[in-house]
Amino acid sequence: MWYHKPVIKEELLQSLPNLKIVASSGVGIDHLDLNLLSRYGVKVSNTPFVVSTDTADLGMALMLASSRRLVEGYQIAVSPDTEYFPADWLGAEVSGATLGIVGMGTIGYKVAERAKAFEMKILYHNRNQRNKEEESAVGAIYCKKIDDLLQQSDFVLLSVKLTPQTHKLIGKRELELMKPTATLINISRGLVVDQDALVEALQNKVIKAAALDVTYPEPLPRDHPLLKLKNVIITPHIGSATKKTRRLMMENMVESIHAGLRGLPIPNEVL
Amino acid sequence: MSKKVQAIYLWWHKPIIDRELLQSLPNLKVIANSGVGMDHLDLKLVASFGVKMANAPYAVSSSTADTGMALLLASARRLVEGYHVAISPGMEYCEADLLGVEVTGATLGIIGMGSIGYKIALRAKAFEMNILYHNRTRRKEQEEQAVGATYCEKIDSLLQQADFVMVVVSLTPQTHKLIGKREMELMKPTATLINISRGAVVDQEALVTALQTGVIRAAALDVTYPEPLPRDHTLLKLKNVIITPHLGIKTDKTTYMITEEAVENILAALNGLPIPSEVLPS
Repeated sequence: MWYHKPVIKEELLQSLPNLKIVASSGVGIDHLDLNLLSRYGVKVSNTPFVVSTDTADLGMALMLASSRRLVEGYQIAVSPDTEYFPADWLGAEVSGATLGIVGMGTIGYKVAERAKAFEMKILYHNRNQRNKEEESAVGAIYCKKIDDLLQQSDFVLLSVKLTPQTHKLIGKRELELMKPTATLINISRGLVVDQDALVEALQNKVIKAAALDVTYPEPLPRDHPLLKLKNVIITPHIGSATKKTRRLMMENMVESIHAGLRGLPIPNEVL
Repeated sequence: MSKKVQAIYLWWHKPIIDRELLQSLPNLKVIANSGVGMDHLDLKLVASFGVKMANAPYAVSSSTADTGMALLLASARRLVEGYHVAISPGMEYCEADLLGVEVTGATLGIIGMGSIGYKIALRAKAFEMNILYHNRTRRKEQEEQAVGATYCEKIDSLLQQADFVMVVVSLTPQTHKLIGKREMELMKPTATLINISRGAVVDQEALVTALQTGVIRAAALDVTYPEPLPRDHTLLKLKNVIITPHLGIKTDKTTYMITEEAVENILAALNGLPIPSEVLPS
């Protein structure tokens, strides 16, 4: 299964009596009805760890591109109308700024490791606090209440799984708690953010900017306001899109499928 | 008015300092630059008028290093292309086609390991990159170990191994066209060239050819020669090139810090004290 296709519905499962396993590319499994698949005796696997560094790298890429206005800058550099580079055109500094990581799993932690090298102050919010060694290795401070993180961060990065609890985790209230100079970066799932609230917040300068690798749906309808806002960067869900990682993902999926077909223990099985 | 001018704070290389201007300002004592590069100034000419010069070397290093990393990541992950796919009105949405190259674990070759180059190494280490560097002089062992950097006495060795080549030198007669046809042909065909130093350090014609013929994979340039490029220049049209408008130090925080440095230099010069970041004609 690549890019969540084909869509697994009851009809499909009924038409495939000998289906033994669905191997899903990537780590997210929010697009699969696990109960339904279980009822049909179909096993499920994902590719959890191989995507972590690429996704963390993209999170950093989006944070840097947004803060330094890279896409706008590119447009100025190549525009046929450009006669000179504007002198009063400034971005915001990443080095030394405060990064709030919402969701400190494997990916969130790798973002923290990278951000530390930029001398960023790191706050994090997670279901569970990480242990002291892990925290001090990246200099991360736990915010039990997400509000504390939102109020202090210059960059808020979302790296949670999509679950019923994280659905619309970032809504109007959360956006209003953020600094007006803050940037929201989403590398998790579109549905973690209340998109309509985000549009309003960006239009009314409640927050400064957003950089999104994920939206709901993907792609957005072509007339969606997010596509037109100057202070938004959107990328087409390329978190794990490197040649090397896609190859590794495919190898993992094939391994899982082989095991599934032979009735052996399945690597990366999702229960 | 011109007799009153004792100091000039150069903002983005303006005003242009030529003989005419210097002759018209008899009481000019110091020119303070808003940045570290001094290649736009005729140091000997200015010194011949008894005018001191200063740059702002400390304030620029973090934001320029950040720019280098931003360009490296954007190029590797095809961020600008991806943005255009994501927002384009008539988009054939095919994510499968937009594959980039990995940054984590790749080899970064830093040409010019001064303050800025070293800060890049510190950042790249966190991405588990293998770091090679080429510099006029070798850094101390502890400095090398702190970032896991390996010295390449010969630039060729760096060029042959690097997945990303980051150019961070100052522009001097020795570094003019440092990266030309020969150097690009030594690079891997899968490699990316990132230039955050000065446009003239790269042979631009050779770069165009190399990019068009697949000699290297891509380039990301915060600097060109001239700036901006003529609007019909080939570099503006190549898909595998990201160009940014010399934004290396353009952040609110850094411009503030640069100005603080410049003011310090100016006050020292006007008070006849040693100038913290004085630049002498070599």
